[in-house]
Amino acid sequence: MGGIFNRNFLTGFTILILLILAPLVVSTHWIMILTEIIIMSLYAMSFNLLFGYTGLLSFGQAGFFGVGAYCMALTAANISNSFWVCVPAGMFGATVFALVIGWFCVRLDEIYFAILTLGFGMMLFTLAHNWLSVTGGSDGLTIMKMPVLSLPGYTIELFNPKYFYWMSLSVVSLAIIFLRKIVNSAFGLLLTATRENSQRVSFVGQNVRTVRLAAFTVAGALAGVAGVLFAMFNRIASPEMLHWSFSGKAVLMTILGGSGVFLGPAVGTAIFFVLEHFITSFTTNWMIFLGAILVALVLLFPQGVLGTLDSVISKSEKGGN
Amino acid sequence: MSQTPLLEIRNLHKSFGRFQALKGVSLAVPDGCLTALIGPNGAGKTTFYNVVSGRYKPSSGSVHFMGRDVSGEPTHKLVGMGLLRSFQITNIFPKLTVLENVLTPVIIHNGKSFSILGSLKKRVDLREQAEQTLDMVGLLPFANRIASTLAYGDKRLIEIAIVLARKPKLILLDEPTAGMNPEETDRIIHLIKELSMKSGATFFLTEHDMKVVFSIAEKIFVLNQGSPLASGSPDEIRSNLAVKEAYLGGSLDAKGL
Repeated sequence: MGGIFNRNFLTGFTILILLILAPLVVSTHWIMILTEIIIMSLYAMSFNLLFGYTGLLSFGQAGFFGVGAYCMALTAANISNSFWVCVPAGMFGATVFALVIGWFCVRLDEIYFAILTLGFGMMLFTLAHNWLSVTGGSDGLTIMKMPVLSLPGYTIELFNPKYFYWMSLSVVSLAIIFLRKIVNSAFGLLLTATRENSQRVSFVGQNVRTVRLAAFTVAGALAGVAGVLFAMFNRIASPEMLHWSFSGKAVLMTILGGSGVFLGPAVGTAIFFVLEHFITSFTTNWMIFLGAILVALVLLFPQGVLGTLDSVISKSEKGGN
Repeated sequence: MSQTPLLEIRNLHKSFGRFQALKGVSLAVPDGCLTALIGPNGAGKTTFYNVVSGRYKPSSGSVHFMGRDVSGEPTHKLVGMGLLRSFQITNIFPKLTVLENVLTPVIIHNGKSFSILGSLKKRVDLREQAEQTLDMVGLLPFANRIASTLAYGDKRLIEIAIVLARKPKLILLDEPTAGMNPEETDRIIHLIKELSMKSGATFFLTEHDMKVVFSIAEKIFVLNQGSPLASGSPDEIRSNLAVKEAYLGGSLDAKGL
């Protein structure tokens, strides 16, 4: 057991070091792509706390991503453009929305839960799209005053792609460590038990709705953080961020990487964005090619790319013994 | 307090549309008395359990647990008070390890459902409680196996361990030997007898296998087509004519009596 823990820990540590050093080697263009991958990884992983760990398929995760983005944009424009105010504001907004919407959604499960989340997601999209005076309608809210990140002694220049990258990496890493803590905790086991057999959980005396609502709220809050970073990165909060197809992206990236492994959604996100980047650079019909490759990947890696690799490695290790 | 039965059912009715599954069942289970509920197929035993354990609401009548009216209370509240049930079909967490299967109710029992502080691997207190429970049913050697890989009889023991981990006062066991081979059946009979004396929980079981019922129960209730037919000690039930008739015109003997 200790061996496995060490291997996971070492892999994670090595990836982190490589990611920290990456901007010193790669071009600005690739720094931007990496930033996007890192932010979207958090989004996909927040979704997977619900899907992979709790067994709830949400089609409304984009709603909380978008609420985070808009709350950040509104805070930066109207209240304060300090990083230390804007990020918590976005996270807080997403948490409140997730708590309220989740309260309704966790009443049902399986496909009914999925439809409820889809419905609420569409309502949030319409709100962002049509409430012109607050959200700027279909134009969205351009972020005129970029949040300022001041640390004791100096201010970090977030206009510089490198610094923005390091800031995103730090925030996302903290969020992922938090997710890891949840997954390994007593609460984490309860999530998995609920996924495996929710009826049994309620028959040993735990209100399953409360467990699901807690997971829904945490997932929403973290999606909100990803939304805040994404809006800062693009200097805009726009309605497309809340569209149901954006929720679908979380599902796609998670299944591509593997919902059964902790870092699966992050791997799926990386594959998705790198593919999209390469294919769009040589054809305008990129969706045909991307679709075909994704179909092939899902067929080749039924448990997701990382999930399948992971089970192949552990099988060969067992065989080796 | 010793006068108050642990579980008391008063005139319980349950209908599904026009079908009356339970028609006025009244019974009392004294604290510490290993009790059985029997009856031919379709007698309403499982419906009875579903109502008592809070899965269905009664149509009328009441359920009293430790002197309190708990009719229609949700399952998790009843469990909190110490009323638990097992299922006829194996109802466990198949992809979790045997230890994790039991850790789940231990976490809930200790009020740590929402604790995210600290890795579960380092919670020695919780693990010890789970291991003790596994030891009671003899599954400790399988603690780290994935539950679905165990033999059928052992999976049924996981089911019992999950229930025991909540330190219940009353356990409703729905056909604990269903689908078991003779060896596994003997093992579970011994276990139930032993747990009934040692664990502090009162067992109330339904059972198809009359051999099992008559070898462990101290008190037996008989249901027939949703109505109470008889109650008494195993000897009284054995010699009850109405009971014999209900079981296919006196074929109790054919059932191994």
